[in-house]
Amino acid sequence: MEVAGEVLASESQLHVLAVDDSHVDRKVIEKLLKISSCKVTTVESGARALQFLGLDEEKGSLGFNGLKVNLIMTDYSMPGMTGYELLKKIKRSSTFREIPVVIMSSENILTRIDSCLEEGAEEFLVKPVKLSDVKRVMNDCIMRGETEGNKRRRVDKRKFEDDNHASSSSSSSSSSIPSSPSSPLPSSPSTAATSSPLHSLKRAKLRDHN
Amino acid sequence: MDFVNQLQRKFIDYSSSLHREGIVDDQFTQLRKLEDENSPHFVMEVASLFFEDCEKLINNMAIALEQKQGVDFKQIDECIHQLKGSSSSIGAMRVKNACIAFRSFSDAQNREGCLRCLQQLSHEYSLLKNKLQTLFVVSVASRYLYVCLLMVGRENEHAEPFSDVLVFQLEQQIVAAGGSIPRVH
Repeated sequence: MEVAGEVLASESQLHVLAVDDSHVDRKVIEKLLKISSCKVTTVESGARALQFLGLDEEKGSLGFNGLKVNLIMTDYSMPGMTGYELLKKIKRSSTFREIPVVIMSSENILTRIDSCLEEGAEEFLVKPVKLSDVKRVMNDCIMRGETEGNKRRRVDKRKFEDDNHASSSSSSSSSSIPSSPSSPLPSSPSTAATSSPLHSLKRAKLRDHN
Repeated sequence: MDFVNQLQRKFIDYSSSLHREGIVDDQFTQLRKLEDENSPHFVMEVASLFFEDCEKLINNMAIALEQKQGVDFKQIDECIHQLKGSSSSIGAMRVKNACIAFRSFSDAQNREGCLRCLQQLSHEYSLLKNKLQTLFVVSVASRYLYVCLLMVGRENEHAEPFSDVLVFQLEQQIVAAGGSIPRVH
C-alpha cells in the first residue's frame, strides 16, 4: 500500500562542508549555517575538502570522519585549487557527484556564474553572504531531500517487479536503486519527476516499509 | 540603574555614528543580528580575526613595495583581493573602499600611487580598530555592570556603596580603553 509520507525529516540536520581560504569568511559562514540548524565542517582549501570527503587518492581517507556531507559551499577564488576546480572534481566523481555544491564569490561575473552552473553548481552566491542566502539554499536542499537522517532511496522511474514483496493493491510500484554504502544521497523515493529539485517531497509517495 | 541606561544609550549612539561615518555598513548590522546567548561576542571574535588578517596583509604589502629589485604587483594584488574580501564580509566599508582604490594603482603598477594607498589603508584600519574596540568595551561594560548591579542588589539591601565602587572601576577601564562616560548625577 502506498502512503503519502512526510519526507522532511525535521529532526535531522544537514551536514555542510564549507570551504574558504579566508579565516574571517569561514567564521561567518559557520555561524550562518549553525543558526540555520546545520552541522558544519569548515576547511581552508579544496585539497582539504577532498581529503575530508575521502577523495584524495594520495592521502586516502585520513580526514574522513564518517559523517556524510549533504552540501558543499565553497569560495570561488582560492589559492591552489579554485572552487571551480573543486566543483569539477566533485561532479566527476561517481561517489560524490550527487552532493549539491554552492559557489560563493565576491565577483559578480556573468561568465564565471555561467561556467559554474554549467559544471553542475546548484547556486552561485555573491559575497558577502547573508543569512537570507543561506536559508534559501537550505530550503532548496531540503526540498531535494538531502537530509542526514533520511535513509530512503531514490526511486527508479521504471516499473520493477519484486518477486519477494507481497503484491500491493496499487498498480504502480516503486523500487529503489541499490546504492553503495558511501552514497551521499539519502533521499526519498518519489514516483514523479525525481530530478526536479522544485518538487515538494511532501507530495512524494512512499512505499510502505512497515 | 540610571547609569546603566545612560551607558546603553551611549552605546547605541556610538554605534549609529559608525554607520553615519561610513566606517561600517549593513553587513556589520547583519553580523550583529547573529549574536545570541550562545555567542554574545561573535562580532568581537570575527573582528579580531579581521584585525589579524589586516595587519598581516598590510605588512606584506609594505615589504613588497620596498623591494629594490622590483615590486611584485601580483602579490600586492593578491593581498588587496584578500583584504577586500574580508573587509566586505565584516562590513568594514571604508577599508573595503580603500582596497578598491588601491587596486587601480596596483593594476597600473604605479608604485608611488600604491604607497599612498597603503598609507590610506593603514589609516582606515586604525580608525576602524579604535572605534570597534571602544564599541566592544562599552557593550561589554554595560552588560557586565548591569549584571553586577543586579547581583549586588540581590545580595545586599544596602547595595549603594558597593555598586558605586564597581561603577567607578568600570568607568576607569572604559576611559583607559578610549571610551567616554556619561555624566552621573
